[in-house]
Amino acid sequence: MSRDVTAPPVPAIEVDGLVQRYGPTTAVDGLSLEVRRGEVFGLLGPNGAGKTTTVETLEGYRTPQEGHVRVLGLDPVAEGVALRPRIGVMLQEGGIYPGVRPLEALELFASYYDDPDDPERLLDLVGLDGARRTLVRRLSGGQRQRLSLALALIGRPELVFLDEPTAGMDPHARSTTWRLVRGLRDEGVTVVLTTHAMDEAEHLCDRIAIIDRGRLVTLGTPAELTRAGAGDETRFTAPPGIDRSELAGRLHLSAGAVREERPGEYVLAVAARPDLIVDLAVYLRDHDLPLTELRTTRHTLEEVFLRLTGDRA
Amino acid sequence: MKLRAVLSQARVELRLTVRRGESLLVTVGIPVGILVFFSKIDTLSDVADPVAFLVPGILALAVMSTAMVSLGIATGYERHYGVLKRLGSTPLSRAGLLSAKTLNVLAIEAAQVFLIVVIGVALGWSFTAGILPAVGLLLLGTLAFAGLGMLLAGTLRAEANLAVANGLFLVLLFLGGIAYPLDRLPGVLQAVAKVLPAAPLAETVRAVLDHPAHLPGGYLAALIAWAVLAPLAAVAWFRWEE
Repeated sequence: MSRDVTAPPVPAIEVDGLVQRYGPTTAVDGLSLEVRRGEVFGLLGPNGAGKTTTVETLEGYRTPQEGHVRVLGLDPVAEGVALRPRIGVMLQEGGIYPGVRPLEALELFASYYDDPDDPERLLDLVGLDGARRTLVRRLSGGQRQRLSLALALIGRPELVFLDEPTAGMDPHARSTTWRLVRGLRDEGVTVVLTTHAMDEAEHLCDRIAIIDRGRLVTLGTPAELTRAGAGDETRFTAPPGIDRSELAGRLHLSAGAVREERPGEYVLAVAARPDLIVDLAVYLRDHDLPLTELRTTRHTLEEVFLRLTGDRA
Repeated sequence: MKLRAVLSQARVELRLTVRRGESLLVTVGIPVGILVFFSKIDTLSDVADPVAFLVPGILALAVMSTAMVSLGIATGYERHYGVLKRLGSTPLSRAGLLSAKTLNVLAIEAAQVFLIVVIGVALGWSFTAGILPAVGLLLLGTLAFAGLGMLLAGTLRAEANLAVANGLFLVLLFLGGIAYPLDRLPGVLQAVAKVLPAAPLAETVRAVLDHPAHLPGGYLAALIAWAVLAPLAAVAWFRWEE
């Protein structure tokens, strides 16, 4: 096969019409998506949406029943020997010997790779240098997760799969993990992560796919996904009892678009465009009213997620 | 398959085996305990040379404890904890993992054999010939028992595997011609014992250490059958995820 030098690089991941069934249940139902090189890609979905099945198919644990997948241009099952040195995997269930110590585990995994990272450096990076000699079974859940993350990175992978990486982590460990993932992206590593934490997806991911019942519901950047829903609002706090119809007139809004949710807390049912802010500021100045808070809110990813996947409840 | 990976894998697994106290009890405590105990009390008073009778059986028991019980239980828990699954996405191949486990088993068996021979000699055992055939038979037994251990580890839940492996160890100890001669058992049990893997190993090792030319054909055939069928069954039914 000849390679055209002008051709764009192979995508990190291609999924095309993937179907996976367990007995009568269809876990993945015709999923297609593409992950670009060097991006942090989030796979979101309710429990049982097919996230883990999809990721495990990409990792080579399951053969696609229909459709096909390519990881770094390779078939994860047939070409696993070539693929495995290039990927890093963090499973939902740790998968580490309970009787081993963190440094031993990292040194062992380092021996599998030709050009591994330094175990000491990684231990330090995930904040486990203080627990290097503690048996894995005595580590806390969050510490085990961090060791699992370090093990996923020991082979200097081009592509990392993180299946719910921050589940069970305290806020401190979580922020360490986030910093690490951002660091990976800066180094050009592609990251695929599944998560339930919407703030995590919003903060970390370049693009997000929301899947439900094994199907792709939507795919885009966090900004695109949150913009897609209407319902932007501007909120401000000022003395209670402002004449709402007068204010609405000055802001060129219908009377119904101005609400006083609680005394002194006002909601304008529009986005905070600069001219709106100017009109609001002029109105308040003319009435000699102090403005104590002003913010604009947008649909959170969580709201988008619940709206797109919530119709089963 | 990278040698460096296999060797570190074997080293770590060996370290983990040594760290498990209960595993040392089965692989060292029980064989040595039975050897010393049964050579001192006089249940074997009618046997010409009790220590010479016991040592080959204890060697068979040692192989059983390491290849079946220790390997099988450790592997069952590795499966339970997802370790086997996790290793599946590293460059360490399954062949590499199995090689490491084989090295681990052979290293422990070497230590066991050394210890049992030293204690046997201290108890008055003298051996002249048959060492090489005995080693060959013990390796054949290792194949049989490792196959059984892996078959259980790869098909049962970790707790069930633990119970079955230990239970089987006890049954095979009683029906293995190890602590007392097989002819002390009632006829039916004797017939059963002869086709289970423990007695064929103990009896063939005992025979070659007694006289290298004496290799009981029936026992040898049974041992070879177990050494072939048990690993094949393990390969056929082993599931990497629990």
